[in-house]
Amino acid sequence: MSGPLRLPGASGASTGQPGTEGPHGLELIGTTPAHRPRHAQAGVERDWLHQPPQPVSRPGRMRRVPGWLAGLGLMSPSLILVGVFVYGFIGWNVRVSFTSWEGLTPVYDFVGLDNYSALWNDARWRTDARNIVIFTTVFVVGALALGFVMALLLEKGARGEAFYRGVFLFPMAISFIATAIVWRWLLDNGGGADTAGLNKLFGDLGLGFLRSDWHKSESSWAIAAVALPAGWALSGYVMALFLAGMRAIPNTFRESARIDGASEWQVLWYVMRPALRPVTFSAVLILIHISLKTFDLIYALDQGNLKIDTPSLYMWFTTFDGGFYDRGATIATVLLIGVVLIIGPYIRYWLRSERR
Amino acid sequence: MTVRGTAGIPAPARNSIPRPVHQPAPTPPGAALRSKRTAGWVTALRYAGLWLLVGFFLMPVYVLLVTAFKDPSDVTVTGIFSLPSSLSLDNFTDVWPKLSTSFRNSLSLSIPASLISSLLGCANGFVLAKVRFRYANVVFPLILFGIFVPYQAIVIPLAQTMTDLGLRGGADQTGGLAGLTLIHIIYGLPITTLIFRNYFVGLPDSLMESARLDGAGVMQTFLDVAVPLARPAFAVSIIWQFTASWNDFMFGAMMTTRESWPITVALNNVAGGQSIPFGQAMAGALLASLPTLAIYLLLGRFFLRGVLAGTLRDA
Repeated sequence: MSGPLRLPGASGASTGQPGTEGPHGLELIGTTPAHRPRHAQAGVERDWLHQPPQPVSRPGRMRRVPGWLAGLGLMSPSLILVGVFVYGFIGWNVRVSFTSWEGLTPVYDFVGLDNYSALWNDARWRTDARNIVIFTTVFVVGALALGFVMALLLEKGARGEAFYRGVFLFPMAISFIATAIVWRWLLDNGGGADTAGLNKLFGDLGLGFLRSDWHKSESSWAIAAVALPAGWALSGYVMALFLAGMRAIPNTFRESARIDGASEWQVLWYVMRPALRPVTFSAVLILIHISLKTFDLIYALDQGNLKIDTPSLYMWFTTFDGGFYDRGATIATVLLIGVVLIIGPYIRYWLRSERR
Repeated sequence: MTVRGTAGIPAPARNSIPRPVHQPAPTPPGAALRSKRTAGWVTALRYAGLWLLVGFFLMPVYVLLVTAFKDPSDVTVTGIFSLPSSLSLDNFTDVWPKLSTSFRNSLSLSIPASLISSLLGCANGFVLAKVRFRYANVVFPLILFGIFVPYQAIVIPLAQTMTDLGLRGGADQTGGLAGLTLIHIIYGLPITTLIFRNYFVGLPDSLMESARLDGAGVMQTFLDVAVPLARPAFAVSIIWQFTASWNDFMFGAMMTTRESWPITVALNNVAGGQSIPFGQAMAGALLASLPTLAIYLLLGRFFLRGVLAGTLRDA
């Protein structure tokens, strides 16, 4: 059970028919129990809305291709394409990470873990690893906090809610390239008479102490400035997640807490917070994985600025500009491992909670 | 998932973020006076907060608009927040010739990519939700993971394969656009499959069952029953895929040559440097965003559902 959201009898109706579960116990996804035959043989795939013995025997039944085979046929183009282009290529990339392929002609020798140990000792990689940790932390915490506040402000229903929601979400419709092109001017670090962008705005508003060199700063925290356009682009999405989560909390929960004399803060802390834990969990994992993959935003914001270099950018430049396919594949593999560690449990969690 | 598994929310209401349910709270006696006074303050603070946030989200839009519509001689970086002294379209007419070809390129790849990817996704979703086969429960999570794969992890083999097939860059007569379209179709499959699968799971089996009892096979049921029923899912899927293909940068940069650049690559090359006039950069960013922005404004509801589906959430 994941928190108090699951009311008794609310879901879970789809399980519990003994003996109908297949050997994997997974076959229940999406089948409506009312239509599931009680005597379906275990181990037989759920054939085309499998109702084994039809009361009326139809003359055409014998000639037809079995439903599951037709289904497999319908899916086979996609299965082959995804199999090759996702999993085949992942394997191929891992293979490249064990070679010394440098230059345009592929080389498929075997150098063991040499590329990985070289990466470990690579100064640029180390900077990138630190950068991505800083960026992920600032971006995830920032977007989460901003998205939560936006959802909280909208949750009780503001007049013109659709407008606010539309404004908070529209950056998601825009490419990271366009976003970066606007923000690179807003994050201008000119000083004196050349002060522009946010710094000028801060100055005009009497908030001059906030001025910063942003991503052009010499500090190793320069990359934290990228969290600003990234948060601008994606916190609306976090808001949408939280808003849906908050609205799914039955009103009676909050009302009964209030009747019991709880203050609004207590309601937030003791009712909303635990109920929103699954949403928060999703949002954090999704944001971390987005942050690991962030590429075009930084690329277009300030291409070649090593202060805001990350593994995904390093991979790109070392492979396609430098021709170091071995190193590029190694970085890509490490990146993939990171994403698998984040997303693998998430998919498991999603499938399991969906089944309930 | 929280939304899905919660009581009290009828299925149709899940199609968008549910609206608040206003129920007058039985207030404890004595608290009425206090709560009425504080409620006014709280509401005022809420709206103040909302408008502050609106300011934050629209500030870049403001900068973009005032700069793009300024006369080029009027554009200065330090005057980034000042209103134009006169309206001018010169920035647009100056930058459009540098973007028009790539704008057409992006249209010619995003439209087929979103349609074909959605059609294949519809077939997959139908099979996964209503037909099923042995190991479907293994196949589905594997397809799902495709949504999240960092493209860096496949781009070297992809570039190599596309080169070997003669589909990459100048070797191809479309300058790599055909291959790029294919790439968008393939890497769109996981998300379109998920969108349709979730849609079909929500439909009662009886709809398909009656077709089956009428003697229709899987293929016929798919074409005659499932595809027409799935119109809302097509809207979500096509919109999402169109936006994703339009906004993609990495595959476009890898696959195409100057003449076949998609809009994002062209925009980055035209407006990304410091050498371009700042007014043209802003006008270019606006032009490049128009199609997806228009979709967002007209069909935002479907867009939101695509966004949430992309992260295994439904709202």
